Amino acid sequence: MSKDYTFEKRRLVIGSIAILVVLIYIFRLLSLQVMTDDYKRYAANNAFVNQIQYPARGSILDRHRQLLVYNQLAFDITVVPHDMEDDLDTLDLCNTLGISKEIFIQRMTDIQDLDKNPGYSKYTSQVFLTQLSDEEVSPFREKLFKFRGFNIQQRSIRQYAYDAGGQILGDIGEVSPANLEDDSYYTRGDYIGKQGVEKSYEKFLRGEKGVKILLRDAHGRIKGSYQNGKYDHRAVPGRNLVLSIDLKLQKLGERLMKNKIGSIVAIEPSTGEILCMISAPSYNPQILVGRMRGKNQHALQKDWRKPLLNRSIMGVYPPGSTFKAAQALACLQEDIITPGTSFACHHGFFYAGRHLGCHGHSSPLSLIPAIGTSCNTYFCMSFKAFIDSRKFRSHDESITIWKNHMVNMGFGYKLGVDLPGEKRGMIPNAKYYDKAYRGHWNGLTIISDAIGQGEILATPLQIANLASTIANRGYFITPHIVRHIQGAQLDPKYYKPRYTGIDKKYYMDIVRGMRNAFTANQGTCKSGNFTNIEMCGKTGTAQNHGIDHSAFMGFAPMNKPQIAILVYVENGGWGADFGVPIGALMMEQFINGKLSESSEKRAEAMSNRVISYGYQER
Amino acid sequence: MDIRNVSVWSKLDWWTIAIVATLLVMGWFSVCGASYDFDKTNFFQFSTRAGKEFIWILCSCAIGFIILMLDDSLFDIFAFLIYAGMMGLLFITIFIAPDVKGSHSWLVLGPISIQPAEFAKFATALMLAKYMNSYSFNIKHNNCRITLAAIILTPMLLIIGERETGSALVYLAFFLVLYREGMPGAVLYGGFCAILYFIVGIRFGSVMMNDGTTPIGEFVVLLFIIVSTACMVYVYTKQHEKARNIAIFPILVIAIAYAISSLFISFNVVYVEWVVCIGTIGYLIFLWIYDRKIVYMWIAIFAIGSIGFLYSSNYVFNNILEPHQQVRIKVVLGMEEDLTGAGYNVNQSKIAIGSGGILGKGFLKGTQTKLKYVPEQDTDFIFCTVGEEQGFIGSSIVLLLFLILILRLIHLAERQSTVFGRVYGYSVVSIFLFHIFINIGMVLGVTPVIGIPLPFFSYGGSSLWGFTILLFIFLRIDANR
Repeated sequence: MSKDYTFEKRRLVIGSIAILVVLIYIFRLLSLQVMTDDYKRYAANNAFVNQIQYPARGSILDRHRQLLVYNQLAFDITVVPHDMEDDLDTLDLCNTLGISKEIFIQRMTDIQDLDKNPGYSKYTSQVFLTQLSDEEVSPFREKLFKFRGFNIQQRSIRQYAYDAGGQILGDIGEVSPANLEDDSYYTRGDYIGKQGVEKSYEKFLRGEKGVKILLRDAHGRIKGSYQNGKYDHRAVPGRNLVLSIDLKLQKLGERLMKNKIGSIVAIEPSTGEILCMISAPSYNPQILVGRMRGKNQHALQKDWRKPLLNRSIMGVYPPGSTFKAAQALACLQEDIITPGTSFACHHGFFYAGRHLGCHGHSSPLSLIPAIGTSCNTYFCMSFKAFIDSRKFRSHDESITIWKNHMVNMGFGYKLGVDLPGEKRGMIPNAKYYDKAYRGHWNGLTIISDAIGQGEILATPLQIANLASTIANRGYFITPHIVRHIQGAQLDPKYYKPRYTGIDKKYYMDIVRGMRNAFTANQGTCKSGNFTNIEMCGKTGTAQNHGIDHSAFMGFAPMNKPQIAILVYVENGGWGADFGVPIGALMMEQFINGKLSESSEKRAEAMSNRVISYGYQER
Repeated sequence: MDIRNVSVWSKLDWWTIAIVATLLVMGWFSVCGASYDFDKTNFFQFSTRAGKEFIWILCSCAIGFIILMLDDSLFDIFAFLIYAGMMGLLFITIFIAPDVKGSHSWLVLGPISIQPAEFAKFATALMLAKYMNSYSFNIKHNNCRITLAAIILTPMLLIIGERETGSALVYLAFFLVLYREGMPGAVLYGGFCAILYFIVGIRFGSVMMNDGTTPIGEFVVLLFIIVSTACMVYVYTKQHEKARNIAIFPILVIAIAYAISSLFISFNVVYVEWVVCIGTIGYLIFLWIYDRKIVYMWIAIFAIGSIGFLYSSNYVFNNILEPHQQVRIKVVLGMEEDLTGAGYNVNQSKIAIGSGGILGKGFLKGTQTKLKYVPEQDTDFIFCTVGEEQGFIGSSIVLLLFLILILRLIHLAERQSTVFGRVYGYSVVSIFLFHIFINIGMVLGVTPVIGIPLPFFSYGGSSLWGFTILLFIFLRIDANR
């Protein structure tokens, strides 16, 4: 048998084909496995399920460690639509959950509606029902094996022990797209503090999410943990917060402010701790939890009285006569007046055609009785003397020096309280007046500033802080509402005294004047003199488009003060009418820990007083 | 008896045995990885797939041994009987096999089921070898060609009858054997061109060049036809000058047209190509008449046929194929992504392989395969496990081992002293090559999804035994050279 050589060379063609195929495949492997990481990422998306372990959010307590806000377990029922069986026993499901078939159909349509649920995918877990209680969910849990695709997810919701302090405690809600962009910690559906302490201490309260990496097979079944949990980490629970709020004081304040609009802020002068912060009208924080949250929030937002607004830090008001104390301090420091300086007052300040009325009191008056009786003339004269003083080269310079004193006392800028949304108020400067009056102005032009009117605006917190400064005789500590963070340090600025730059001796005069207001015959705060506590105070009656605002700023006891307070009642009329009695009751409550029997009656009467704002129909 | 056996062992090609043994071991580990279940970790238990595969491997060793013990003349003598018997079995299978996922290819014999189609390959190879070895055989005779076609097409049609189209396509590999034995290269080239035209024409049919009006698909294919024509003139007539004419003038014209189109006025360059093609064909016909060489006519027919095929394939694709068939083809050509339907397997297998990286995740550490993301991962898609767990290095080693095996088998086939041995040897080469080309190509997303196993890797007794018999008969023949 002879060998046929004719086509022997064709072995090379066949061999080349084989070599070519293998080479092409090796290049293909190179491009899939080495040149790109895409497939590794897809593989991770395929196989790994990052099961997030949600930490318990920190609780919030009052200064006496009374629990205010805590967590309660709630359950969401989720569904992976793709995994649902066609022969799902809908009737049984509805009965077990206690819902009607219509709701079931409605929910399923809503889930699949891309307008309402933009992130919809039939392969991922969708929320079917939210925030069910343990009792509601337990029959369902027993039958869970019958409803493939459905699952129970545990989450915790906020519970409020008392109907108090809604605005300062704040609330939590689902993260907004902006939150998601700002902080990569959050993922869609997470909760974040929206208002109050919940917002400003979010980073402490939220804790640290944990993660469990699970393996998921092609059918979506979990097949155990990845590498025996080598890459898992546990959730770190959030830190508890101890507020400086005194719950009893807060509750009393809210009670006294019932049917009124306004604010009460009390500060412990020695520490800057806020003892209570009332913004009326208030709301029950509990209504912003659970399934009714959206509806209730909408109602609160629509309310013309703005209950969601924390007026104590977000409301800016003319401080009225309470501002006279700051005024006097600046004048004393700059030697414009001495405590002995007297001005005559005959029912008002009349000067070059300007007129500011005053109430009946003896005349002439020196500083201490002038504070006690809140004499307008005294402070107008001294303010005019300040601004027009020859001591300064110009009005610009004098107002700048004046402004600096006010700013050092905490006005005109944000104080830096640990709550979101603080306003800065308004202390005008030279530039402002130059612009407003085209350079032609003097002490008389802006005389309203003397008595806390005109352009002057302050938040209730700033005025309370003035009281605290006077109580401390010359310094304050930045007011703050959190006293202690579990396992963490408070911001150091909440320990550091801020001196106003005004001599202590001048403060002593102001204190005497404010004590005079309670004790003197013509004292403005006499109506608050129903306790045995040595109180000091200054009323304010801020002129307004409608009825005047009623204000009271005070502290007690005179020596070793424990509490400094500001009460501001919108359209309350005379400072002595609403401000003084409320302030006195609050101080009594805090210092004595309770109200005397007669005071309790006063409190009840005050609580029942209604200020009609006449807007109700709007 | 003793003397002959000694000679078998000493003349046996141990290289092939070593490569196959290595592949078998790697294959078994891959099956372990692919069929790994979280509950069952004992690979030697018969209840697991790895355990069964282990038994199949032992059986195939025994089969190999038995074949080596047989007298080599038996294969020649019984070739026709084996072939006829196997065709009968295939035929019967169509009717008695139960329906398994739409195919009727499994014969159930008590606890085990076998797939006769896997064994028909060696029978066909033997028959082909025996027929081409006969004295009366001449590949240039039409009668012989018809017989050859019948030998190859009979099992193909029977297997198509069993609804196992993938396995049937394997028989196309025998054309490679025929090519080695003298079938005109033009047939192979024609087949290659047809596939090329189809793929390029469809894939780039609606992609425009430079965002202009020239479809890239038509442009490239027509250009290719002209270049091919020039090459054929060069190869078949040795008229270098004429080949140069055909190559240079048309290409120059097309290049100028392309330049004008892209630089000045955008127009469809394909029109210019038509003119050029008609000119080229005219020139060929002129040469045919003038030189009286019939080969010019054949080349002209090739050119006309090519152009006809290009446009008819477009027509067939767009107007005759069903939408779901179009989708399948488009998915393979990368024109569409259909990750939940036709493209799911391939996408998942690419993910599994791609996630392996350079070194792989390690034995039994592959997440994609372990979690069953790739369907058919221990049978047709077994190469995913290699890719994911052994990475680029491991996969390349497997590919290179297969390449060495094929080159070695070509070498063995060429050293046969008989046509019988050579034809059989090339049959083995072609079948292995086809399986590797299609199977690994499909896993890598290069070739269409055709469900055929990867030799020595895919789980399953029938295919393993089929490959063992196919290969060991050749080794037995070789040992007697």
